[in-house]
Amino acid sequence: MDYFLNDEQKMIKDLARKIAIEKILPVRAKYDEEEIFPNDIVKILAQSDLCGVYIDTKYGGLGGGVFSLCLVAEELSRVCGGIALSVAATALGTYPIILAGNEEQKQKYLPDIASGKKLAAFGITESGAGSDVSGMQTTAKKDGDYYVLNGVKQWISNAGEADVYTVIAITDKTKGPRGASAFIVDKGTPGFSFGAKEKKMGIRASCTRELIFENCRVPKENILDREGKGFLIAMKNFDHSRPGVGAQALGIAQGALDEALDYTRQRVQFGQPISSFQAIQHMLADMATQIEAARALIYATARMVDAGIEKFSKESSMAKMFASDVAMKVTTDAVQIFGGYGYVKEYPVEKMMRDAKITQIYEGTNQIQRNIIAQALIKEQAGKK
Amino acid sequence: MNIIVCIKQVPNTADVRIDPVTNTLIREGVESIVNPFDMYAIEESIRLRERYGGKVTALCMGPMQAQNALKDAVAMGVDEAVLLSDRAFAGSDTLATSYTLACAIRKLAPYDIIICGKQASDGDTAQVGPGIAVHLDLPQITHVRKIEEVKSPNAEGKGGVIIAERLIEEGYDVVESTLPVMLTVVKEINEPRMPSLKGKIKANKMVIPVWNAAEIKADVERLGLKGSPTVVNKIFSPPRRTGGKILTGESKQVVDELMKELLEKKVV
Repeated sequence: MDYFLNDEQKMIKDLARKIAIEKILPVRAKYDEEEIFPNDIVKILAQSDLCGVYIDTKYGGLGGGVFSLCLVAEELSRVCGGIALSVAATALGTYPIILAGNEEQKQKYLPDIASGKKLAAFGITESGAGSDVSGMQTTAKKDGDYYVLNGVKQWISNAGEADVYTVIAITDKTKGPRGASAFIVDKGTPGFSFGAKEKKMGIRASCTRELIFENCRVPKENILDREGKGFLIAMKNFDHSRPGVGAQALGIAQGALDEALDYTRQRVQFGQPISSFQAIQHMLADMATQIEAARALIYATARMVDAGIEKFSKESSMAKMFASDVAMKVTTDAVQIFGGYGYVKEYPVEKMMRDAKITQIYEGTNQIQRNIIAQALIKEQAGKK
Repeated sequence: MNIIVCIKQVPNTADVRIDPVTNTLIREGVESIVNPFDMYAIEESIRLRERYGGKVTALCMGPMQAQNALKDAVAMGVDEAVLLSDRAFAGSDTLATSYTLACAIRKLAPYDIIICGKQASDGDTAQVGPGIAVHLDLPQITHVRKIEEVKSPNAEGKGGVIIAERLIEEGYDVVESTLPVMLTVVKEINEPRMPSLKGKIKANKMVIPVWNAAEIKADVERLGLKGSPTVVNKIFSPPRRTGGKILTGESKQVVDELMKELLEKKVV
């Protein structure tokens, strides 16, 4: 399908594809197996200007918005969803600064992230606060020119590898969701350390660790917006990042279809390539159609966000939820088409199936996405009367 | 420092098909790319600029579509590009090609270093780089695998020096030369970078100047087919080596057997 990409978008897509094929494809199985963080690939992406496509040109980015980030996430994930996360998780850690940072904070942090010199990460989830952020325990107590952070953030992508962290902590327990604030924390701040690296089912080339704050003193100028805005910033952040998760899922699904198409034309059973059997053809047709529908939804949502439309939580959740469900379905079908070969690590589709699963879980489970969509629908309907 | 990198656009295939009648390449239906060896030359020229400052100009002779090769070079980080295109250039052998490039390089003067890939993947002659050096009466270092040091020339363009490692079969030579110099590079020298988005955007907008024979003040008698004394009689794939014999067993016994055979065949 032709999405009428402009020249710059075409270049982004082509370049991301080229790097994925030439640089990521040869290492993806090894990085997955050995859980290697792709610092070498990040360096290539940085040199090629792909790290900051969504960041304003004023801060050294390309100013391509969420759409361009989706194109990068899609094309890199088409080859490896784990390696692609280094860039996508950085965007999740950077959007709070883009959306809520003041000029000084933007000048200080965005250029290094845009150039790929620094990665970023976002910390909200805790052991007792997943879908329900009201269980958050991490606190930030004002002490003179500092906020003192205490607590542990869990399952943070890019933890340990990133230099810039945006973290949500409670500044006023009595105020519930309005008592949370957002802070920028630099790696190396005394009292800020990392937990052990998690061993994961998929996206194993990404790095997932705890952020541990023990009387970590963060300068007060590192607060984003003002006290009490943390929860709002987090929600706005997710609205902007969810199309990117959708694009990651979309890429994984497309990669699985690419592999399945190749395989079905080569694999001969009953004297003919299995692509000649209708049972296989119908699976391929369904996979391709679902992928195209996911792509259309993600691109339309990203364009809407970039156009400056005010409310897009619903669409953003739809894009993430639909594309990740498609990715799970399509990768499972790809393994099925490959049969026994699909189940072994010598072939790439089992990894794609493992990588796809997380996209239904992180940045809000797909159940939470459905809540958001339904609540928006009900609100819209109520507003009409 | 002014650096000129000479590149060629070639068909992207290891499986080049040859027209059996004309003995020339069949180019239809084959994607065109920058000659792989020239990618190392582009990378090295950019690295030299990053180390010593200055400007890199890419130069390419070919039909109008060869602009795409130059745009690829700009996308990687080359500053400027010039295409040499004229019907009079058609059918050039390595002598006429190197003469044409040399005329253009004269127009680009002053220059300090000219870099070429060691050879093109289609013609495989490895003669154009050295040919340029001869036409311009410059020193040359071929098969460079590492540039150790460059001393930039002074304001009058004097005193420039380069020290480079030149790959030979048994190892390498360390060669020192004055500037300006012509280098050809081998693949051991670097790993070519990916293009950058900003480079691609720049390349996309760039209008590449096209120079014809008159603009480079070339003698038309020395251009194209007219200026090409080389004629390709026939192109063929050499027959694969067949036969051979593998000796197996204990090493002492195998060595004895081998020596016996070598002596019998009067090899040693």
